[in-house]
Amino acid sequence: MRDLAESMSDLNTTAEPVMSAHGLSYGTGRETHLGPLDLAIRAGRSTVIMGANGAGKSVLIRLLHGLLTPTRGQILWHGAALKAGARKRQAMVFQRPVLLRRSVLGNLRFALRVRGVRKGDRVAREQAALDAAKLSHAKDRPARRLSIGEQQRLAVARALSTSPEVLFLDEPTASLDPASTLAIEAQIAEAKAAGVTIVLVTHDAGQARRVGDDVIFLDAGRVAEQGRASDVLTAPQSPEAQAWLSGDLRLAASGTTGL
Amino acid sequence: MLRLVLSSLVLSACMAVSAHAEDRFIILQSTTSTQNSGLFDHLLPKFQDATGIAVRVVAVGTGQAIRNAANGDGDVLLVHAKSAEERFVAEGHGIARHNVMYNDFVIVGPPDDPAGGTAVNDATLAFEKIAEARVPFVSRGDDSGTHKAELRLWQAAGIDAVSASGTWYRETGSGMGATLNIGIGMGAYVMTDRATWIAFGNKGDHRILLEGDARLFNQYGIIAVNPARHPSVKAGDAQAFVDWILSSEGQAGIAAYTVDGQQLFFPNAE
Amino acid sequence: MSTFWGSLAEAASLILAWDPALVEIIGLSLRVTLTAVVFGCLIGLPLGAVAGAFRFPGRPVLIVALNALMGLPPVVIGLLVYLSLSSSGPLGPLQLLYTPTAMIIAQTVLVTPIIAALTRQVVEDLHGEYAEQFASLGVGRVDRMTALLWDARYSLLTVVLAGFGRAVAEVGAVIIVGGNINHVTRVMTTAIALETSKGNLELALALGMVLLVLAFAVNAAVMALRASAVRAAYA
Repeated sequence: MRDLAESMSDLNTTAEPVMSAHGLSYGTGRETHLGPLDLAIRAGRSTVIMGANGAGKSVLIRLLHGLLTPTRGQILWHGAALKAGARKRQAMVFQRPVLLRRSVLGNLRFALRVRGVRKGDRVAREQAALDAAKLSHAKDRPARRLSIGEQQRLAVARALSTSPEVLFLDEPTASLDPASTLAIEAQIAEAKAAGVTIVLVTHDAGQARRVGDDVIFLDAGRVAEQGRASDVLTAPQSPEAQAWLSGDLRLAASGTTGL
Repeated sequence: MLRLVLSSLVLSACMAVSAHAEDRFIILQSTTSTQNSGLFDHLLPKFQDATGIAVRVVAVGTGQAIRNAANGDGDVLLVHAKSAEERFVAEGHGIARHNVMYNDFVIVGPPDDPAGGTAVNDATLAFEKIAEARVPFVSRGDDSGTHKAELRLWQAAGIDAVSASGTWYRETGSGMGATLNIGIGMGAYVMTDRATWIAFGNKGDHRILLEGDARLFNQYGIIAVNPARHPSVKAGDAQAFVDWILSSEGQAGIAAYTVDGQQLFFPNAE
Repeated sequence: MSTFWGSLAEAASLILAWDPALVEIIGLSLRVTLTAVVFGCLIGLPLGAVAGAFRFPGRPVLIVALNALMGLPPVVIGLLVYLSLSSSGPLGPLQLLYTPTAMIIAQTVLVTPIIAALTRQVVEDLHGEYAEQFASLGVGRVDRMTALLWDARYSLLTVVLAGFGRAVAEVGAVIIVGGNINHVTRVMTTAIALETSKGNLELALALGMVLLVLAFAVNAAVMALRASAVRAAYA
């Protein structure tokens, strides 16, 4: 297991973490589902959280976004204790797109209005989001009638329309076909190019390779390994990561398990 | 389309609230039997023509009518339960009680007359036979004028019918119409006022088996509700109605009302 | 059984003849019940939405109370409203007894718990779907309520129709506070009760059938409205 300091020096960078967790732990009743763990999310980069089902990925991302409260430990946002207001500088996309029963445009408008974007600015952002999601032609259609790939594109565009610093995504393409998956990844790449920090939960190592800069590998609620994506995915050091990655169908097929 | 529906809904709501805003009206608390006989439909328009005052009838059970009037929720009370009426006035709810009209009660029953020999003029005798034969008898059991008259007859016959309630003596706790429906459905005897019976639409095979006994006399009384006790009462118009119904015009109107050629009510104001 | 066919024929002839007395009674039934449903929605929809979307102390008690009040007998409501509006009662000075307004009040009391309780369930189920996304976006309390109500609009339509059905079919409340006064407070159900008490069973049943046709018509109209709205959303 590598600790935080080692990982940081390995990455050989002076980038300040936009978020970090210290001694983070989450449990209900007698059980501890997650932690204690330490991690850092660096600004402008894409951090991928990986691990087997039940490893705690969904819990971790929800703790970071403030949807769950840690039972122990601390989360820092720009070096200060995480407060409710931080969520306004963040956005999240879930595995299944959560859209209201109204038009595509209506969904965008709702999010922008809730975030307090003024009317003049709103129209411009709505159009930008529609273009980014390639859904301008469908703006008046009921959002729920889109294909699931289109719905998720809308969900990502909606999240980005509010100009977040950090975009969280919890297995956004798990239910999508390859074409839709690539479309979502393109949206993510565009966002990153514009300076948005990405935190992505995935169980797809190929996606992690395509999208990720840094990887945090979870196993049974603890950090088994973290570091550069290129390192962790091609040459995993921890037995847990090695075991999991060797079982990944795509990597096995391309013969790059590096064992 | 949605706006059209919504605006018509709002319009209806406004109309509902202001519907039937008549200029002058009084509320008459009376009984369902009097209402169902059709007397009011015949009589009240005459009063309205003469005075311009509309009479709105709330027709409920006798007990309820008296209670409503005692709450001040009526301007005039017209029922057929003399002792209750007198108590009403004694307690200060009414100005004075006046006789208005009378009719009579009859006993109706299945054509084969299972109790035997009820086609007589003696009510107590008939009741004795019914109790002896334990033939079903359906009572209103609701403390109404009719019910009280019926109980007086059982008392006169020396029979405690109420203790047999649930066996041959059935108490419906309902109005005259509902009680008749039930009694006819059961092939039972029922005591009813003649007016209701003549106007009743569901007689089946039942017919009048007993009539004419003096004890079957049914007196109606009218009382104006006391404005000193219930300030919201329309005292002037209420008195106008009482005066009119006791006048020769009102009394003639009552006598003129017939169903199937039969006079249902007999005016007897002093 | 002959009563049944006789009534069916009589119902048909009443409707076709557009009997003015019948039209008046139907008109009043609709006005009283529709108005009560509107007020019931104005109170019940937000109440149900709050109970469905938010957690607050006493919430379980509120939910149990709303559910229980759905079973409040109309005649009991009629009594309570009568005692309140009576000349000897607290609201006596308003002199509302034996008017259509009193009937609207009674039916609003009847219908509001039904609308609130069912709305609560619908909104609570929906809220489960949206809770995390709403928290992520930072949706405020009022926005959450209105967004859920609008989102649930098709289910809520059925809830409102349930309230309508309950109110248009009841007689216990309106007969006590309205008095079944001819041309003033006589509605379909009280007219049916009256004809039954007169022994005019065929007419009573015929009126009952007309009431059923009325209920069908209202429900069909609402469904047609919904279908056209859905079609418009597709265009």
